[in-house]
Amino acid sequence: KSEYDLLVIGGGSGGLACAKEAAQFGRKVAVLDYVEPSPQGTQWGLGGTCVNVGCIPKKLMHQAALLGSALKDAQHYGWNISQPVQHTWSVMAQAVQNYVKSLNWGHRVQLQDKKVKYFNIKGSFSDPHTIRGLTKAGKEIVITAEKIVIATGGRPKYPTHIAGALEYGITSDDLFWLKESPGKTDLYHSFVLYVSLECAGFLTGIGLDTTVMIRSIPLRGFDQQMSSLVAEHMESYGTKFLKKCIPTKVEKLESNKLQVTWKNTDLGTEESDSFDTVMWAVGRVPDTKTLNLETVGVKTNPETGKIIVDASEATSVPHIYAIGDITEGRPELTPTAIAAGKLLARRLFGQASELMDYDNVPTTVFTPLEYGCVGLSEEKAVQCYGSDNIEVFHAYYKPLEFTVAERDATQCYIKMVCLREREQRILGLHFIGPNAGEVIQGFALGIKCGATYRQLMKTIGIHPTCAEEITKLHITKRSGLDATVTGC
Amino acid sequence: QEAAKYDKKVMVLDFVTPTPLGTSWGLGGTCVNVGCIPKKLMHQAALLGQALQDARKFGWQFTEEVKHNWMTMTESVQNYIGSLNWGYRVALREKKVTYENAYGEFVGPHTVKVLHTCFLAKRFLIATGERPRYLGIPGDKEYCISSDDLFSLPYCPGKTLVVGASYVALECAGFLAGLGLDVTVMVRSILLRGFDQDIANKIGEYMEEHGINFIKQFVPIKIEEGTPGRLKVTAQSTVGNEIIEGEYNTVLLAIGRDACTRKIGLDKVGVKINEKTGKIPVNDEEQTNVPYIYAIGDILQDKLELTPVAIQAGRLLVRRLYGGATSKCDYVNVPTTVFTPLEYGACGYSEERAVEEFGEENIEVYHSYFWPLEWTVPSRDNNKCYAKIICNIKDNERVIGFHVLGPNAGEVTQGFAAAIKCGMTKEQLDGTIGIHPVCAE
Repeated sequence: KSEYDLLVIGGGSGGLACAKEAAQFGRKVAVLDYVEPSPQGTQWGLGGTCVNVGCIPKKLMHQAALLGSALKDAQHYGWNISQPVQHTWSVMAQAVQNYVKSLNWGHRVQLQDKKVKYFNIKGSFSDPHTIRGLTKAGKEIVITAEKIVIATGGRPKYPTHIAGALEYGITSDDLFWLKESPGKTDLYHSFVLYVSLECAGFLTGIGLDTTVMIRSIPLRGFDQQMSSLVAEHMESYGTKFLKKCIPTKVEKLESNKLQVTWKNTDLGTEESDSFDTVMWAVGRVPDTKTLNLETVGVKTNPETGKIIVDASEATSVPHIYAIGDITEGRPELTPTAIAAGKLLARRLFGQASELMDYDNVPTTVFTPLEYGCVGLSEEKAVQCYGSDNIEVFHAYYKPLEFTVAERDATQCYIKMVCLREREQRILGLHFIGPNAGEVIQGFALGIKCGATYRQLMKTIGIHPTCAEEITKLHITKRSGLDATVTGC
Repeated sequence: QEAAKYDKKVMVLDFVTPTPLGTSWGLGGTCVNVGCIPKKLMHQAALLGQALQDARKFGWQFTEEVKHNWMTMTESVQNYIGSLNWGYRVALREKKVTYENAYGEFVGPHTVKVLHTCFLAKRFLIATGERPRYLGIPGDKEYCISSDDLFSLPYCPGKTLVVGASYVALECAGFLAGLGLDVTVMVRSILLRGFDQDIANKIGEYMEEHGINFIKQFVPIKIEEGTPGRLKVTAQSTVGNEIIEGEYNTVLLAIGRDACTRKIGLDKVGVKINEKTGKIPVNDEEQTNVPYIYAIGDILQDKLELTPVAIQAGRLLVRRLYGGATSKCDYVNVPTTVFTPLEYGACGYSEERAVEEFGEENIEVYHSYFWPLEWTVPSRDNNKCYAKIICNIKDNERVIGFHVLGPNAGEVTQGFAAAIKCGMTKEQLDGTIGIHPVCAE
């Protein structure tokens, strides 16, 4: 007989949610969490990526950058601040790190309150129901469980084929824990990833000289028109972009700066420059190597390394499940991991049958000018339905607060993709502007309820806000008319 | 503007009777000149003051004491409003709508007199809106200002007494305090009448905690000159005989608004108005009792006093009259936001009204306090932000009321209003994934 009803491997967003939910049903639950130090030696506490090296510190540093803009705006609104204003990295980093630590603490207390046993060990399968691991002190712990949930998430990839990448570069794992300012930073961003644009955005915002090197396109997987607008804004905001460039090597100079050499694939030339920090944001890989999954027969995707699961989060082994960033074909988002974890616990121990719905999951990219979206991109919609069968409504607008602040609103843009037939069901909604996440959330709910263009038009706007512009969309791309909003 | 699209010959009369202090403004109405627009901009100025404080905690360094300059702000705001006035005039001209900046009144059937000329029209639309009410006590018109004057005041209001408990009163008190001024609010009875009272009280509490003084259950009975540069206000308790006195640089009246319907000759054409309130009753197609005369906006009886509602009603009315459309303005579940220091967004029923209409046992209220991530680092106001939804148990737990108290409340509420329009239920809400990390989630 197993010692635990449920063992969760990974104390991140998904793992903790699943464990706590299972404990509510009176089950004996244990959570394993372990952070392998980054190549640069960075480590952190309980809570996973989101809390320690993801959403939370990212949003806080994004806020620091936004406040920098607010300081500039404030002058126009009558506040007497002498420019230029300086930013001190260590004050911000300390404050952010302290808050994150309070969350680590909070999670430990919660586990205790809910009577979930917590092990700070790195576990691996020795048989389908047994996990072995070593504590920091070197003691071996053996845990057996009826059901096991793998939620070990992912870690940033290093482009190890580039000389010097591992020794001299950092990743998002390290950025948020730096004690000293990263100075002049070069972020290499190859494909995917909003991670590098967000980081580049706030680094620029706090006054650092920041360059983003891109191999092909920014924000792959997102609506490309919106992605270009986001990148365009960042360029006008001060972030430098090196497009169609691939780094070839990183070397350390006598001054301790880093010399990066790259190839410009468009021009066929080789260039180089020196930076204080080089950050890699080339994708994340699942943390499964040391789990020993082959021993127990849990199948993974050979290309991505991610665990293959079915609609009920079950792996190829009946009593072993997986949730969160580690699973194949799922969005890498905290709220989906949490929801999946909770529903799984309810199905396993609460006699529920509800499966996780991964459709129409809203998300937001927290670049200096934020981009929130839910549903299909325009390209995807055209692919699924054909351009004749969709109608795209759009508008360029100017947030009221930008007027007095004399801020450029060129990239403030909204796009709604609908089916063209009678009811005009909304397939996708895209919004670039301040507080994009706040704007999109409620509309995501509407789309879950099957919202149509008609229903949206019957909704009265709240004035004056940016969100109301969505209820006023009426110019279609098809008409070719100017989509700039005029008037009050 | 909508009517002109149907090639109709249209004329717009707009005239602003100066305030007792002589303030006037251009084309665009209340929202543009003395309402939503300047209010939100000054609210933004106040929010930026708070942002300055937060910025230090996020690593920004600048001089210790930061002061606010009223004139710089007001000039910027007025310049922007001027551009809107201009924009409207250009738009009317481009759409070939005749515009007269003059006072018009009905003198007979189908006839309006403007200065010395009479104009005949097939149809009329009354959209004259409202103006702030005065107390009717000694010194009120002589010494007090209203929101009509505040947004273009050519001097800093200084130590201010705001009389009233409307959203206008609280929003103005809120941003004035946020700019660093000494603000007191004198309230006769409850805050934000008509709004969810649980939330109204939270708003008041937050304002008090942030340095705004409240004098409750008192009404001013006399305003006169006090020590040089100040006004002396005498007030009486509404629950006893107590009389109090106070001195302020500025007294701002925000006790309500009166419809501009009494002096435009409505009696000459037989349009019925509510004698007490001055408001005009209309049917669900915005038609008054006189078939060729319509009315929209703030002057309507039993309708909401909101810009987007007025705009929607106006457009749909014209489409029905000239475009063969049948859609009527949907006044149900209209979302709104109060831009107090802690913003409040709402759509649908307040808790009291839901209990009244459906019975306490038939509604379920889900609620939560939350702490915006951005407030953690500056250690601000933990456990003040609040959200609640009211569900109708008998109707599949359909969400009939949505309330959120927190930053960017308007941005948050808009989408939920759309979802409510689609008839969202609690189950659908639960099935929607949140965006992380934001307040709306």
